[in-house]
Amino acid sequence: MKKTGAQILCESLIKEGVEVIFGILGGAVLPIYDAFPQYPKLRHILVRHEQGAAHAADGYARVTHKAGVCIATSGPGATNLVTGIANAYMDSVPMIAITGQVARPVIGKDAFQETDITGITLPITKHNYLVNDVAELAETIKEAFHIAQTGRPGPVLIDIPRDVQQEQGDFVYPDKLDLPGYRIPSRGHPAQIKKAAKLINEAAQPVIIAGRGIIISQAYDEFKEFAEKAQIPVAHTLLGLGSFPGNHILDLGMLGMHGAPCANMAVQNADLLIAIGMRFDDRATGNTREFAPNARIIHIDIDPAEIGKNIPTDVPVVGDVKSVLTALNAQIERGEHVDWLSKIEQWRYEHPSLEIRQSDELLPQYIIHQICEATNGDAFVVTGVGQNQMWAARYFVYTNPNSLISAGGLGPMGFELPAAIGVKIGRPGEVVWCVAGDGGFQMTIQELATITQENIAVKIAILDNGYLGMVRQWQELFYERRYVATKLWNPDFVKIAEAYDIPGLRVTRREEVIPAIQKAMEYPGPFLIDFLIEPEENIYPIVPPGESLARFYEPSKPEVSGGQILSTKHEMLNNIKTQNSNDQKMRVLNLEI
Amino acid sequence: MGDKLANTKHTLVALVEDKPGVLNRIASLFRRRNFNIQSLAVGSSEHPGLSRMTIVVGGDIAQVEQVRKQLEKLINVVKVTDITEEDMVSRELALIKVKATTTTRSEIMQIVGIFRANIVDVGPNSLTVEVTGDEDKVNSLLGLLHDFGVKELSRTGRIALTRGSNPF
Repeated sequence: MKKTGAQILCESLIKEGVEVIFGILGGAVLPIYDAFPQYPKLRHILVRHEQGAAHAADGYARVTHKAGVCIATSGPGATNLVTGIANAYMDSVPMIAITGQVARPVIGKDAFQETDITGITLPITKHNYLVNDVAELAETIKEAFHIAQTGRPGPVLIDIPRDVQQEQGDFVYPDKLDLPGYRIPSRGHPAQIKKAAKLINEAAQPVIIAGRGIIISQAYDEFKEFAEKAQIPVAHTLLGLGSFPGNHILDLGMLGMHGAPCANMAVQNADLLIAIGMRFDDRATGNTREFAPNARIIHIDIDPAEIGKNIPTDVPVVGDVKSVLTALNAQIERGEHVDWLSKIEQWRYEHPSLEIRQSDELLPQYIIHQICEATNGDAFVVTGVGQNQMWAARYFVYTNPNSLISAGGLGPMGFELPAAIGVKIGRPGEVVWCVAGDGGFQMTIQELATITQENIAVKIAILDNGYLGMVRQWQELFYERRYVATKLWNPDFVKIAEAYDIPGLRVTRREEVIPAIQKAMEYPGPFLIDFLIEPEENIYPIVPPGESLARFYEPSKPEVSGGQILSTKHEMLNNIKTQNSNDQKMRVLNLEI
Repeated sequence: MGDKLANTKHTLVALVEDKPGVLNRIASLFRRRNFNIQSLAVGSSEHPGLSRMTIVVGGDIAQVEQVRKQLEKLINVVKVTDITEEDMVSRELALIKVKATTTTRSEIMQIVGIFRANIVDVGPNSLTVEVTGDEDKVNSLLGLLHDFGVKELSRTGRIALTRGSNPF
């Protein structure tokens, strides 16, 4: 029996196990939407902006390890997806973006709502398609899912002209694919694994840098076995948090620009780095020329193009993290690095970066800590981008696998709310906390309507400082406190929530934090808390951009001695901070070896 | 990274699927990653449905290896090989329209003969020369013809194959 292109699309999605589609309809996808009622297995979530559809599909994909599907109409619908697609590309998230296109006869004629979306998304998709014939549709969808979900995952866009959606064709879902140019590295090369094992067995001061590849590969058990057997401390990239229990004795927390001092110092003093499923992003490495100066580097990654891209590697192992670690675990010896681990413990003690100062102010660190306490770490934390993201990354202890959902590479503010929707839909039985800044929250605030319409029980914590906080912090530290365009006039977020039929609370004092979080947790549906935090609170430590990881600012701790003041520029920063009268005299350390 | 072949021209040969937009994907990749293409030539290969592309890029070994690996990540690219250090045959073709008067015409024809190039068109005031060869040969002929006055020039990029029975 003949089917329309729209029906073939729906049938194919069901064959791929798709259950949820996030999207907004429009003229060029009307035939697809018209077919949806025939396929009740496909749940459609109507968002309020296409960026929300892409971020929701992204959040869904990160927690289900299946491709998230989003759909938009041609032209503006398609271009609104772009931020979300770029984000999925940077963070290796499997995604299928379906866009309607104008009918074939008018393609290239600048028709109403025509945009060359395959051209636009060429550099931000793993692959994309313009389907010119209904006979190619099923095969294209099968290829797209295969490409999106295998190897290093990523977004694939399928652009379907409206008349192809209406055209009749036979539905045969292919068994096999013909992709001569697509190869997936699976197992690492045995000789490379042997070399890596030798270096690991010989190292005196090894450090692991754990990236999101471990989570994508779901290699939690293999990775834990690896670290424990070899007794190697674990530093994380932002997206590597949740790959190893945050409360483990070997866990150092996050490295990089706002990383834990002990993690950064361990990396800078290591004689061996084992980088697993990560790509040496500049926020993680600091100045690459001064990065880990004494370390040999083993780099395990599934993408061969990541090897040597940013940092020269001594032993590359190209393969799936899970299979490489399984092979390595058989070859490494039980390690003991007592001196090294105690040196790191000393650094941890000297730089207690997670200590929250005693203060009557409402501190964001305290709020995140209390969310962690209230949930016992048993929650998904979905963050925005900026200070809120860094506080959430540092002050929540990620004990559950894959429990931090954050936009790392692209850093799109406004990710948090739609992504939290996707996470909750993907894992409805779990507690989901959306940690937002007041700036980013207003970039996708309209998705509150989606939350109410679909009754999605996410808990929203706005760390509301009335600033675009991270940029304000940079203006304070690197632009002599000239605040330009960072002060925000904000609406009353609790009233906004109320208007969307979501209960909310405003918290202005420290003692209100725990009861508010309790109330949000006890409420069966979505709940919003607007925390009016200390406006000029900074996230520390910070490695200034372009500096080595060994140079960072941290708030002073009078009881700690040692360290050395940096250049005059930094002394100036010290003075600025002192004048700032909020009891945060800066101590700038030069911890280089 | 050794100094060998540092910042020199590398010849990459790619087998790519003959599908719409493939050239665009490759050009887009070079632009996005800030790689410098010096020439690119594409045409059909011995395999139906696959084209062979010869790309000349400048850079050190690490940069060119990065180009190669990024190219191989493209779904429509089947294989990419850096044949710079291989024993290879490479050719370019140029059409050169050179000013010719009754007094210079025979001299030009003599030079063309030495280079085993061909005259493919004769006009009242010009000769059009077709030359194939490696880049140096084309450059040398062009240098000699320059003094007569080159009116128009059209050059292909380099195309290359390895010698003997190597599959590339």
